[in-house]
Amino acid sequence: MPFPRCLALALLACATPVHAFCGFYVGKADAGLFNEASQVILVRDGHRTVISMLNDYKGEPTEFALVVPVPHVLPRSQINVGDRRIFDRIDAFSAPRLAEYYDEDPCSPRELEMMKLRRMAPASIAMDAAIMPKRSLGVTVEASYTVGEYDIVILSAEQSDGLETWLIENGYRIPPGASRALKPYIRLDMKFFVARINLQERARTGLTYLRPLQFAFESEKFMLPLRLGMVNARGPQDLIAFILTKNGRVEATNYRTVKLPANMDVPLFVSGEFNRFYKAMFDEQAKREKHRVVFTEYFWDMSWCDPCAAEPLTPDELRKSGVFWLNGDDGQGGASKVMLTRLHVRYTRATFPEDLMFQETADRENFQTRYVLRHPWTGKDECAQAAAYRESVRKRQQVEATTLASLTGWELGAVRTRMGLPAQPEAKWWERLWN
Amino acid sequence: MELSLRPGIDTLRGALPKDARVFQILFLASLLSMGVLARDFTLRWEQMALTFAAGLMTQVYALHRIGMPNGSYLSAVVTCFGLSILLRADSLWVHPLIAIIAIGSKFVLRVNGKHLYNPANLGVMVALILLPGAWVSPGQWGHDLIAAGWFLMLGSVVTGHARRWDVSWMFLGCFLGMVALRMLLLGQNPWVFVHQLGNGALLLFTFFMISDPMTIPNHRRARLLYAAIVAGFAIFWQYGLFKPNALVWALFLCTPLVPLLDRWWKAERFQWRPATG
Repeated sequence: MPFPRCLALALLACATPVHAFCGFYVGKADAGLFNEASQVILVRDGHRTVISMLNDYKGEPTEFALVVPVPHVLPRSQINVGDRRIFDRIDAFSAPRLAEYYDEDPCSPRELEMMKLRRMAPASIAMDAAIMPKRSLGVTVEASYTVGEYDIVILSAEQSDGLETWLIENGYRIPPGASRALKPYIRLDMKFFVARINLQERARTGLTYLRPLQFAFESEKFMLPLRLGMVNARGPQDLIAFILTKNGRVEATNYRTVKLPANMDVPLFVSGEFNRFYKAMFDEQAKREKHRVVFTEYFWDMSWCDPCAAEPLTPDELRKSGVFWLNGDDGQGGASKVMLTRLHVRYTRATFPEDLMFQETADRENFQTRYVLRHPWTGKDECAQAAAYRESVRKRQQVEATTLASLTGWELGAVRTRMGLPAQPEAKWWERLWN
Repeated sequence: MELSLRPGIDTLRGALPKDARVFQILFLASLLSMGVLARDFTLRWEQMALTFAAGLMTQVYALHRIGMPNGSYLSAVVTCFGLSILLRADSLWVHPLIAIIAIGSKFVLRVNGKHLYNPANLGVMVALILLPGAWVSPGQWGHDLIAAGWFLMLGSVVTGHARRWDVSWMFLGCFLGMVALRMLLLGQNPWVFVHQLGNGALLLFTFFMISDPMTIPNHRRARLLYAAIVAGFAIFWQYGLFKPNALVWALFLCTPLVPLLDRWWKAERFQWRPATG
């Protein structure tokens, strides 16, 4: 049940008045954690759209081919090769994070007062274009460019099997059966942005990785084409979309959008293995939702953060990521807002039969996947209330163990053992009575 | 001696409420509970409490103003449930304000002795168009409600107390028919149809919003035509304009047709409680 949980945790966060800000950042789980996760930056305002796609392609460069349906023929000026570091920055800024707090001396006068208060409160818890035939198989090469290390052609097609044949004949490595997935886009009169690697140009850049492709266009559709990526998918695939808008949180309109469980206390050992924890937690949550939902991992105004997993992006970095409304010095005194919604989707062919459609909501309530470590007081217990404090720590750790086991699907006994707690929770008095 | 179940069934029927809105309230309450408990709705309990408080107080005031202090509160409860289920806001003032506007509209926006707009539909549209910080999450139900949702709906039909389901079935037939046609024309994966069929928002709209007997044409032929128009408009909104919230927009924009259709095809107005005698 969402709201009481959030309420309880808000109370917990505020129950430590010692920290003027909510904890400090100690670790994060970045997008690279998820193998073969596609990363996309989608910038949208009105019908204006800028899409940046990061290719984490590690195979033979000659085998690489990217096919993206686009609403119309894109002139060269609407295509750009971006900076990969932008993805790293935006990923670092919005990554799931771990925050830690240290308990105060239970015997300090303020703590004694707080304990009294707490007791009173209820417990909370891409060829060479020149050699290509201009028209064959119903496929028309509308345009062709070399942009950076990519050779790009924009195609229109009449028949999907014609397009599939054309792509194969022209040396693009596309998976068999692609025509079925291409058909709906052709019938919607969409064009295809097709990219492959230009080996000479690539050698000239001297880069060992592929830079992100960016394209800017106007379209009434606020969407991401997912379906083409599923043609050769064996199991579930991951997509991380960083969506930058002006007004509010972005959510899917044709799938359920769910916030990941966050802002919970977890055992201290998670500090050393936060990546493993986060991956297990995401796997478990995705399985529980049967790969049918879109997860929100982060939503925040890009001008600040708390705690900051990385510094907010500079106006120049935002422009490089495609934000087009920050002109020059932003003459409105910094009033141009950029809101970042980070969505993480684990999708399968059967559970995501339609492309992802989005809407920008009016919701401005910040959200981050943040987990909390609470270090118990390690000093001496010098007052009678310290015993009550130790008891509360013991209870808190039991809850942390259960929370972690439930979030990740890890076995509770193993979690308890790692925490230095007995593998089994203490038997109830009536269990001890007859055993 | 002959055994018959007849008297038992009749007794049972007699014990059931005559007013279809009682069933509506029960179904809406269970849907809202399911949404809040299992669907991660971003609805806060204060927003819900304020919706009901403001909505019911508006009904009390309006009934006194028109000199019917003993009038029914059932419709107001249905509207408050509808608004709680549909409307999302990042503040506390949007819900009560919209509840007042929605229920107030029943007493103010009237044509030929009938209120014009479905109050929840009007409320949601006013919030979407005019108020900051308000939105509707069309994907909030997910698309795997087939079994549970359809079971509930069929249950409510079987009870036989609610009338004028013709508009629901016509709308659903037209809407899903057009989705299927589009799927075939585009050569899409058949799962697209299943995905639409399990859409909780479609289900809710079909059986709780467009079926509101007070805001649809009185004559059966007019109702069927109206349902087809709303379905066509919703498809155009969703797949022609690619805009979200097609269903509520379609109903809102098509509602002014109701008085025109009522003038064209004349029939008796709907009564929530069967006439006595």
